[in-house]
Amino acid sequence: MTLDRRSFLGAAALLTASPVLFAQAATERRFVFIIQRGAADGLNAVIPYAEPAYARLRGALAVDPESALKLDGTFALHPSLPKLRELYAAGEASFFHAVASPYRDRSHFDGQNVLETGGSAAYQVKDGWMNRLVGLLPRRGKDAIAFSPAVPMALRGPIEVTTYAPSALPQANDDLMLRVEQLYAKDSLLHALWSSALDARGMAGEMSGSEKRQDPPALGRIAAGFLARTDGPRIAMIETTGWDTHSGQNARLAAQLKGLDNLIAALRDGMGSAWSQTVILVATEFGRTVAANGTGGTDHGTGAAAMLVGGAVQGGRVIADWPGLSSASLHDGRDLKPTLALDRLMASASAEAFGLEPERTARVLFPDSVRGQSMQKLLRA
Amino acid sequence: MRASAIALNRFGLGARPDDPSPPEPQRWLLSQFDAYEPIPGPWKPLPRSSALVETWLVQQRAARQAPEGQRSGIREAYLRQGRDAYIAAVGARTSSALQSSTPFVERLVHFWSNHFAVSVDKLLVVGLAGGFEADAIRPNVLGRFEDLLLAVVRHPAMLLYLDQAQSIGPSSLAGMRAGERQQRPRGLNENLAREILELHTLGVRSGYTQSDVTEFARALTGWTLPGDDALQPATNTFRFVPALHEPGARTVLGRSYADGGEQQARAIIHDLVTAPATAHHIARKLARHFVADDPPTELVQRLTSTFERSGGDLPSLYRELLASKEAWQPASAKFKSPWDWALSSFRALGRQEIPAAQAANLMNQLGQPVWRPGSPAGYDDLTATWAAPDSLLRRIEVAQRIAMQAGTAVDARSLATRVLPGSLSDDTASAIARAESASTALALLLVSPEFLRR
Repeated sequence: MTLDRRSFLGAAALLTASPVLFAQAATERRFVFIIQRGAADGLNAVIPYAEPAYARLRGALAVDPESALKLDGTFALHPSLPKLRELYAAGEASFFHAVASPYRDRSHFDGQNVLETGGSAAYQVKDGWMNRLVGLLPRRGKDAIAFSPAVPMALRGPIEVTTYAPSALPQANDDLMLRVEQLYAKDSLLHALWSSALDARGMAGEMSGSEKRQDPPALGRIAAGFLARTDGPRIAMIETTGWDTHSGQNARLAAQLKGLDNLIAALRDGMGSAWSQTVILVATEFGRTVAANGTGGTDHGTGAAAMLVGGAVQGGRVIADWPGLSSASLHDGRDLKPTLALDRLMASASAEAFGLEPERTARVLFPDSVRGQSMQKLLRA
Repeated sequence: MRASAIALNRFGLGARPDDPSPPEPQRWLLSQFDAYEPIPGPWKPLPRSSALVETWLVQQRAARQAPEGQRSGIREAYLRQGRDAYIAAVGARTSSALQSSTPFVERLVHFWSNHFAVSVDKLLVVGLAGGFEADAIRPNVLGRFEDLLLAVVRHPAMLLYLDQAQSIGPSSLAGMRAGERQQRPRGLNENLAREILELHTLGVRSGYTQSDVTEFARALTGWTLPGDDALQPATNTFRFVPALHEPGARTVLGRSYADGGEQQARAIIHDLVTAPATAHHIARKLARHFVADDPPTELVQRLTSTFERSGGDLPSLYRELLASKEAWQPASAKFKSPWDWALSSFRALGRQEIPAAQAANLMNQLGQPVWRPGSPAGYDDLTATWAAPDSLLRRIEVAQRIAMQAGTAVDARSLATRVLPGSLSDDTASAIARAESASTALALLLVSPEFLRR
């Protein structure tokens, strides 16, 4: 079809009148990263119940295989993850075990920095891998959002990212807002923050007051409210905390996992038809010790579990090159040995989600990591 | 910014409308060392740590002796009481900051309290967090780093927060007995040892290994709270229990420490404090807090050598900072944290106190709840953390609310020149002058680019 000037103007006017059309994305896929801050215990989330050393090393922390939700002959989910078990049965969830970023020490803060920057050592890379991922997509604005008051490291970088967290404060009046806008016009930092905040609040304006709370189901509904929109963000990050279970692990981990299960279920329910385009990655900075410690908990470890969940996921699988838990096979004699690079999983899932070339994607997101085969067919075609 | 505005805003908690602009800014800051009150008025009515520990012990004893069915009720009652104590302490902290005439030293209290962070999202800590700041931090910010560190790691809030109170040497008397009776396994917990090395002293990636962490954790076994079986009220808030202590010599960072009971971990701590990595870690953090996210290398070097030369004498460190030209650069390099911003806003209005529950709630809404950083690293100290879209909007909402409460009593035009002496921009001055109402003018002052930074 060719357009003369008159009909072109007509079409442009039509597009302006319906911004939804105008903003139509080059991609329909949604990619959500749920970070588990504090080193989530992969061995009690995705439990190697058939491994004889598990019950012995975990002692009172071992989950009874009778109550665990079986995935296959080797692995089972913690009883607090029933909705993830349903998603697995529906072919919409895969679990990955013995995964780790390149980081091998045991500091949360350094570990999270490596996980979020995509570097091979802490503080080597100055921006986040998700910000670089946004840079690989066709730009349309409002591409990425963090559901937290501040921008987490993974999304920091040259590309503007918005943040949204529900607030109980009364909104400022329009007159003040207008004057603040003028006041920030010459301040590059404040001006950028300001525009971005207004966009996010505009989208959230359509939600009811009762949804502006922050328990996991509410957070899931809020995030879905943004992500389900045709003109909404395509890349999002949700932060979860409280995974550092040095003591009283049984009750604490059960509550944490229940929160995660409900968060993901609320996302699924809220996404509607966009669920079939959705990929959720769940990962943590490192795992926890295989053996229980002396105080009913576990200490900082190495290998952990990760998850891919969503309607676009080629699920129903547990993917692991299982190293075993015998004392000879442990990393440093105490931790689950990592056999699958988390970087590779994250790069492969990102590339597949957006139809990007896998090698190039891996180089941009994780510039320092050792290259290997990219993982294939993580998602539905 | 002029030097007097720097003294008030960069090193203080923000100017109050009736504060005279200090004619000799550096001398004014230094004079605060003598005028500082460790326990000022707002803290005085609050129970001290010994009383808080006594309450905790009474609860432990009651729960132990009660029939199974009543225990959760006892615990809940204690937690309710703890939440009340937390709110009251947030109120005391806020009022002290608003009323203080030694705002530089108050800032140092907040700095150290965050460096040695406890977080009340661990419920056991809720009732003790205020006592931690009052008794471990406040009396020691003008002393030696080693004394401050010891007060911190021996305080019940820290012992509970980082699980030290439950750590037991596997070959200690208690550990062996538990093993014999086939009780639920109890033993070593390395959390406190790791965070002392990583966060409190040497800093991460400074060369210690997993084995140093474990060895230090073994040396620390026995450091715990007073027992709940004592018949007398607890007068002490710390106890060393030889039966929990792992026997034997320990090796940390290549140095061997003979078994000396409680003294063993103290000797390790002493060596950690005198390690060059600790001097550098503290110097850099202090410079980052007051001067810039990425502080000048020469400044950090000078502070490092002052720390080393003075044996960790904190006032020497502060004096070196104040004597440094880098600290007095006119441009404001730091974006205020929500806590600093809220305090400077209330101080600008001359507020003397905020109802305790309101202060606690406000900090939740601004994204920096008091004593709840969520991790032992505390809140970080970078523009990128606090200058985010949503948190900026919240400041604007809060500014509007504060300004409406102040009503028409405040003339933002004259207030602006008093709280930002010599550093008010023309743009902000004219935005304030043109505002449609007194409260909008005041809100604009509080969210202006120069008021958000220091």
